[in-house]
Formats: sequence, C-alpha cells, structure tokens
Amino acid sequence: MTKPDKFGHFDEFGGRYVPETLMTLLADLERVFVRLRKDAAFQREFRFYLQEYAGRPTNLYLAKRLSAQLKTLKVYLKREDLLHTGSHKINNTLGQILIAKRMGKTRIIAETGAGQHGVATATVAALFGLRCDIYMGAEDIERQSLNVYRMKLLGARVVPVTSGSKTLKDAMNEAIRDWVTNVANTFYVIGSVAGPHPYPVMVREFQSVIGQEAKRQFAQAEKRLPDYLLACVGGGSNSMGLFHAFFSDKNVKMIGVEAAGLGLDTLKHSAPLNRGTAGVLHGSKSDLLQDSDGQVRVAHSIAAGLDYPGVGPEHSYYKKIKRAEYVAVDDKEAIAGMKLLCKTEGIIPAMESSHAIGYLEKLAKRAKKNSTVIVCLSGRGDKDVQSIKDII
Amino acid sequence: MNRIDQKFSQLKRNKKKAFIAFITAGDPDLTTTEKLVLAFERSGVDIVELGVPFSDPLADGPTIQAASQRAIAQGVTLKKILALVKRLRATTELPICLMTYYNPVFHFGEKEFVAQAVRAGVDGLIIPDLPPEEAKTLIAQARRVNLATIFFLAPTTDFTRVALINKSSTGFIYYVSVAGVTGARTALPKALRAALKAFQRKSTKPICVGFGISTPAQVREIARYADGVIVGSAIVKEILKNKNKKNLVACVAKFVRSLSRYV
Repeated sequence: MTKPDKFGHFDEFGGRYVPETLMTLLADLERVFVRLRKDAAFQREFRFYLQEYAGRPTNLYLAKRLSAQLKTLKVYLKREDLLHTGSHKINNTLGQILIAKRMGKTRIIAETGAGQHGVATATVAALFGLRCDIYMGAEDIERQSLNVYRMKLLGARVVPVTSGSKTLKDAMNEAIRDWVTNVANTFYVIGSVAGPHPYPVMVREFQSVIGQEAKRQFAQAEKRLPDYLLACVGGGSNSMGLFHAFFSDKNVKMIGVEAAGLGLDTLKHSAPLNRGTAGVLHGSKSDLLQDSDGQVRVAHSIAAGLDYPGVGPEHSYYKKIKRAEYVAVDDKEAIAGMKLLCKTEGIIPAMESSHAIGYLEKLAKRAKKNSTVIVCLSGRGDKDVQSIKDII
Repeated sequence: MNRIDQKFSQLKRNKKKAFIAFITAGDPDLTTTEKLVLAFERSGVDIVELGVPFSDPLADGPTIQAASQRAIAQGVTLKKILALVKRLRATTELPICLMTYYNPVFHFGEKEFVAQAVRAGVDGLIIPDLPPEEAKTLIAQARRVNLATIFFLAPTTDFTRVALINKSSTGFIYYVSVAGVTGARTALPKALRAALKAFQRKSTKPICVGFGISTPAQVREIARYADGVIVGSAIVKEILKNKNKKNLVACVAKFVRSLSRYV
C-alpha cells in the first residue's frame, strides 16, 4: 500500500496543516515512529502491554440470538468493549505513550469527547508515571461525569473547555494550543485517526490490531472472509482499526456508520462523510461540516464520542475510492441498537458502538441470505447508563 | 513591487523599522475596523494585518479568540472583509495583509480568493496553519499577481527548513517570538535575540517579530534587531476596553501611537 505519501497525503486528504512551531516536532515524531514500527524491542514491549495489561486478544463472539433475529445475517462481535478501560482506545494510548517515553517526554496531554480516550490516556500515563492533562468540553463533562471522575481518580487533571461549542472539537483546539506552548516536554496523544501527519497513520497502526485479530479469528471460525465489516465512525479510529487489515480483500464490504443525530436533513448531526465537504480542521484535510463561509459547524450526536464535525482523512479517501460505504444512524436508531444488543445478547454497548448495532437491521434487509458481518463493538456502555436513563 | 516591498525599501532608506498592527476585522464591527485602519495610518503604523475571524482559531490565545467570536457573531465573512479592503483602497495606500486560517481560503477556492484579494487591494497573506509544504498551489497563484505570501519561523524551527521558508516567503517573514499562541506576555524569551540572529544569517527577507509583544519597552527592544515589530492582542484588548466609548477610534489610535513611536 502506498498511502499515505511521505507528506501524509491520502490523495488530496490528510497532510500537515499546523503552525510552524509544530512542524519540526512532527517531523521528529514521524522519524521516531517510522523507526519504532520496525524496531523489534519496541514491538515486543507494545505487544506485551496489549496482552498482559489491556487484555488482548479480544474475543470475536458469535451473537447467536441477535443473528437469529436478523435472519439473513450471522453477526460476529469484535469485543473491544472487554479491554481494560472499556474501549478500543487503549490500543492507541499504549502505543503513543510508549513512543512518548522513548522521546523523553515527561508530560502527556489529550483531548476527549466521550471520555473513553481520556480515561485510556490517563490510565497509561498512570502506568508509566507521567503527568497527564486531559482537555474536555464543558458540555461533555456534564454528560460523561462518570468518566471525568475516573480520569481524576487515575491522577489526571481534567481541564474543562468552555470556548466554542464546548465539545470535542474545542477540546482539540485547546489541546493543540497547550501543545504549541509546551512543545518541548509535552506529548500530545491524539485519540483518533485525525490530526496532522503522522497521527492518522500512527493511530491506524496501533488500532490495526483489531482487524488483524478479527481476520484470523474469523478465518478460524468460518474458514473464509466475512462479507461485511461494520463500525461506527466519529473521527474513525475503531473503524479504521477494523478495516485496515482487509483493505486488499476486495470482496469484503466495509460500512462505516456516522451519527445522524436528529437527522441528516437537519443541521444537528455528525456526518461529514454523508453531508460535509472537503475542508481543513485540526491539522489535516478531510470531509468537514462547515457553512458557506468555511466556518466549522457544530456537530450533534447523542454519543459524545461521535460528536465531531470532521473525520480522519483516510476515511475521506476510502469514500472517494469507494473502498468503504458510509451510512448514518440517528439518535433514536442508536438507542434502539443499544436496547437490541442488551436484550438479545446481554451486552450493554457504548452509545458510539450502538450506532453500528443500530444499522444491523437495515443491513439485514439488503444482505443476501447467510451473509456474515463483523461488528466492531468498540466500547462498553456503562458510561452512558446515567445519561441514557433520562431518555429511554 | 507591491506595497509591502515598497514600504520595506522606504523604511530601509530611512533606517527605520516597521510597526505592524493586527486587528480582527469586524471587531466590534466593520465600520469601526475601517476607521481604525485609517487612524492607524496616521499613528505610525506601517503595515496593517486584518484578522479574518474563524470558528477554530487554534493558534490564538483568549484575546483574539474572543475577538473572532465577536466578529463572527456580527456576521463578518471573508467576502465582507474583501469589500472592506476595497473601500479602504479609495483613501489609503497603507499595505494591508489578511491573516486568516486556511479553511476559509480553501473553502472560497484558492484561485478565486487570490484573484479577489488582489482586486480588492490586499497586499499579503498570512496563514498560520498553512506551512509552505502545503502551500505550493497557493504560492503559485499568489506569485502571478504579486500577492505576498508571508510564512513563519519559530524558535522550534529546524535550520533545515529555513531555506524553504525563505524561498516561499515574499514581503516579509513572520518570526514567532515564543512557542505558543498569540497573546500579550510580560516577558519575552531571553534567547530571542540570538535565535533571531541565527535565522537572519540564513534568510534574505525582512524578518518581523510578533506574538506576545505589548509594551513600549518590548517594542523598542525588538526594533533594535528585527526588521519589524508586530503587535496584535494588546491592540485588540484596547479595542475591547474602549468599546462603549464614542471616541473608541481615537483612544485605540493613541494607544497604537504610544507603541509605534518606539520602532
């Protein structure tokens, strides 16, 4: 695979749109990353922590009662929700913080929406005894109070962001401002396949373990490749993590599920791949929700982790070359998805992952009989119970 | 030669340094911005930077963030700012740069934007989130119509990048005094002079220093060794402070004069 090019471009997407202050650092980071991805000792250490600390490999679980209900589809769940900290985010935070250590950085910062990436970052920072500040939108702090408390318990400082829309996008602005200011000692752990090059590639690399395992596990169970891959897309790290290993398997159809919020035809959604246009935000070019003057629009989703107006550049590329299809599921359908998985399988999915589950019934209608699908169950729903109980 | 180059050669002949003033266009409103620019011309300002408000100004500190939000709330757009420059050109030859994030430009369309900017009378572009590596097409468009493209140097810039930044920049180079976002600071880094000197040896363009400069002493100090001094947040704060006064323009112009006299 030749993407991205050496400047981090996936055709016209991606790149490095950052202030000059960060340019040299990003070049250094890229150099270190390129070296470490081939460094046996680093890989050993990374695998060790994934296995012994985070709990990999995660199960690929055949959801029998759910499949029976859907009739045409045999559904396998990739159980990232079973990982330490409760989501796939820890795959990436372990990788990045191991890099930070090698670069001699003493302080970790991160942005977080749902709090899952924040918790995963705070966890690994604690594991390695590093100072940790997490930027989080004031509105998200409100709706994800459990995760806020978890981060604090883990020794991180949670910095409320009150600028702009007070959600993930503004938390990322604030984290970048901190980074530009403290660039010498601080490592910015970006939580998604977004941001300036090399972050989209680096996060993809650390999350691609999801798809590699799933491919192997599925082959063991079914002696073939799956027909469909299904995952939610906010910034797009769990979906890219699942998709990447299957890129060259042309018969495997990939479906990314964006958050349609209150509906794609309202302005209250988080679906840039469905309703956005090309733009530049947070260091890279990708599909973006913006108005006619190029001002970034505020996204909306019931899932704080999907509430982002941009998306990772590689997803824009996948969409352009038609390697993946991107659909959208609204708040109500996501809640229905959550309930469906609770009642058929006894698993409470995160509100984010519930968007992928929420698309299953539609997929079942168009799928041929005896089709198979791997759904990335990116996180568990404990964190959402509090805020969801007022809605359901 | 565009107005920026003319200005620097004129300053050089007079053995003077440039005083560059930044304000956010449309803060508190576009009419006031227009009056401020004209007042600045009489207050020792050599070049004006008009900030284009953006929803996500990640290189800016709280002062300019807030000014941006005020301007957006006024309904200020890139189009309206270009119209403002056009109006200003009826009465002034003061060099005007637009300082904008890249997305509004990209969304406008680089080619169309460059054409309209030049037609309006804009002299230079400063785009803090667009490094030269991503600016090849914009530079090519701008060169054709003699629109200056001003890129940045920072304390963290590796020397291997200086040649590219120098080659990509026309008009002047913007040296960021300190790793960080815009905003007034009480103290500037001690190593500033030495760092700047090292870059000056490798560059052929005027280098002006901005970020964090707010006091007469800082202006005087930097004017001794840089080709120009850029003041932004301190002026934006002054606008906010006087926003309810009838003589806002005169108050801000007086403040600007109190700094510009030291270059």
